[in-house]
Amino acid sequence: MALTLDEVRRIAALARLRLSPEEEQTFAGQLSAILDHVAQLSELDVSGVEPMTHALAEGVPLRADEVRPGLLPDEALANAPAREDTFFVVPRIIE
Amino acid sequence: MPVSDFQVVLGLEVHAQLLTRSKIFCACSTAFGAAPNTQVCPVCLGLPGALPALNAQVLELAVRAGLALGCEIRAKSVFARKNYFYPDLPKGYQISQYELPICVGGGVEIAVDGATRSIRLTRIHMEEDAGKNVHDVTAAGSGVDLNRAGVPLLEIVSEPDLRSIDEAIAYLKTLRAILMTLGVNDGNLQEGSFRCDANVSVMRKGATELGTRCELKNMNSFRFLRQAIDFEVRRQVELIEAGGKVQQETRLFDPDRGETRSMRSKEEAHDYRYFPEPDLPPVLVDEALVERVRRALPELPRARSARYQRALGLSAYDAELLVADKAVAEFFDATLAAYGSSPEAAKRAANWLNGDLARLANELGQEPAAWRITPAQLAEILRLQDAQTIGGPGAKQVVEEVFRTGAAPAEVVRVKGLAQVSDEGAIEAAVDRVIAASAAEVERYRGGNTKLLGFFVGQVMKEMRGKGNPAVVNALLKKKLGE
Repeated sequence: MALTLDEVRRIAALARLRLSPEEEQTFAGQLSAILDHVAQLSELDVSGVEPMTHALAEGVPLRADEVRPGLLPDEALANAPAREDTFFVVPRIIE
Repeated sequence: MPVSDFQVVLGLEVHAQLLTRSKIFCACSTAFGAAPNTQVCPVCLGLPGALPALNAQVLELAVRAGLALGCEIRAKSVFARKNYFYPDLPKGYQISQYELPICVGGGVEIAVDGATRSIRLTRIHMEEDAGKNVHDVTAAGSGVDLNRAGVPLLEIVSEPDLRSIDEAIAYLKTLRAILMTLGVNDGNLQEGSFRCDANVSVMRKGATELGTRCELKNMNSFRFLRQAIDFEVRRQVELIEAGGKVQQETRLFDPDRGETRSMRSKEEAHDYRYFPEPDLPPVLVDEALVERVRRALPELPRARSARYQRALGLSAYDAELLVADKAVAEFFDATLAAYGSSPEAAKRAANWLNGDLARLANELGQEPAAWRITPAQLAEILRLQDAQTIGGPGAKQVVEEVFRTGAAPAEVVRVKGLAQVSDEGAIEAAVDRVIAASAAEVERYRGGNTKLLGFFVGQVMKEMRGKGNPAVVNALLKKKLGE
């Protein structure tokens, strides 16, 4: 299953990746190979098998609704490239 | 062709913040209004390696809402990742539910102009809220506050069953009242804990195929919702009339200009690449949980309104007004518990609550929880009227003063001198003075113009500075004028 270059560009855009023309070629080949590998699964007849979303048979564990302290603002912001008071600062957002 | 040749078709998506103490996947507080980034932890900041743990109360509240709205509660539902990039979304994905939501089906009964309609629900699912972007923090860029990131939400999606703005507003108010009664949501539009997006389309009357829809966002009051839909409907009709086509897109309401405008179009914006959340196994709901929640369901507004009409003889109008706010309905019930619950008492209490108290609450901007007047005090005011200590106008003054200050009604009557005079001697003296001073009117009255009684009552009341007992005044006037 060969991915087109347009498909590769679209996937890259969704992931916010900027690829050079050479990289687009490289990843088109690699991604296609990965898809081909996984596509082997479609050779199996799974009609009548319920789709599985998770390997555990048990349901999600539940946590009691209790508040516990989290991080201090200075800890939360420790790796922020920019901050103002206790806000993270990001490039201006225009809606 | 005017707008009236088109049929409006609306579907609503409500995001209701669940009333939990902690966030959906971590133990950070959900309290509103804290300083930025003071209610955050590695989970809701999306730090590498942090794992989500589902809050049991979120599941319980989702089941409660689903049962109350007549939905099917899925025994197994699945969280999914909705992938997109935005500064208020630290993980780069929102944990939501997609193919297998917790609730499917169900509906909301609405009443518009006396007619009842059932609006079908498509689904209800659990998800986490995003953080908040603040644009005026610094010239260097936008501020991001992640206190809200991970706050639990229910998304309640209706079918495109609504056919007018009035129906949309009725649907939202009904749904809001139900969620508030259930203790699922606080109903606060301004703080954003009850938010609504509207899918709007138009089609020519008689057409069977729905038109292309636009999704409207950013309407944080019923008034804005009305303005936004109204604007959008006219925009779509004009577009179609001019030979154009409606593009499916998301449009933002601008309250300053009263118009909707296209959000910067992102071609890929709709490709969320949902997939099952690998960090959370499926949500299993067993019959025991469903039954436990079902048994604990409170009386819902619709049932309460029916009870008020059936058992207390209230009009549908009065009953619907009372049940629209759970706290008001509870105030009403408590008043009747303190005073007695005859149909007559119910009507009087309803008149106060839907009349003067609603007006005062609106003027002072007070939610019922903050009212100073208590049900016991309203009951006492009713009894002061029964004992003829105060008349109607006096009662209005007492209610207003108690509402503003919380003072005891009897004390207000005393301090303001509102007690009405029922003493026949005092009233007779005033009646005599009025009759003596109004010879011409007396003659016309005795000549058959009995409508003048009102004039005499007014004069006597003026003479007595409004404190005469109207029944006694009326009786004495009729007797003396008849002589």
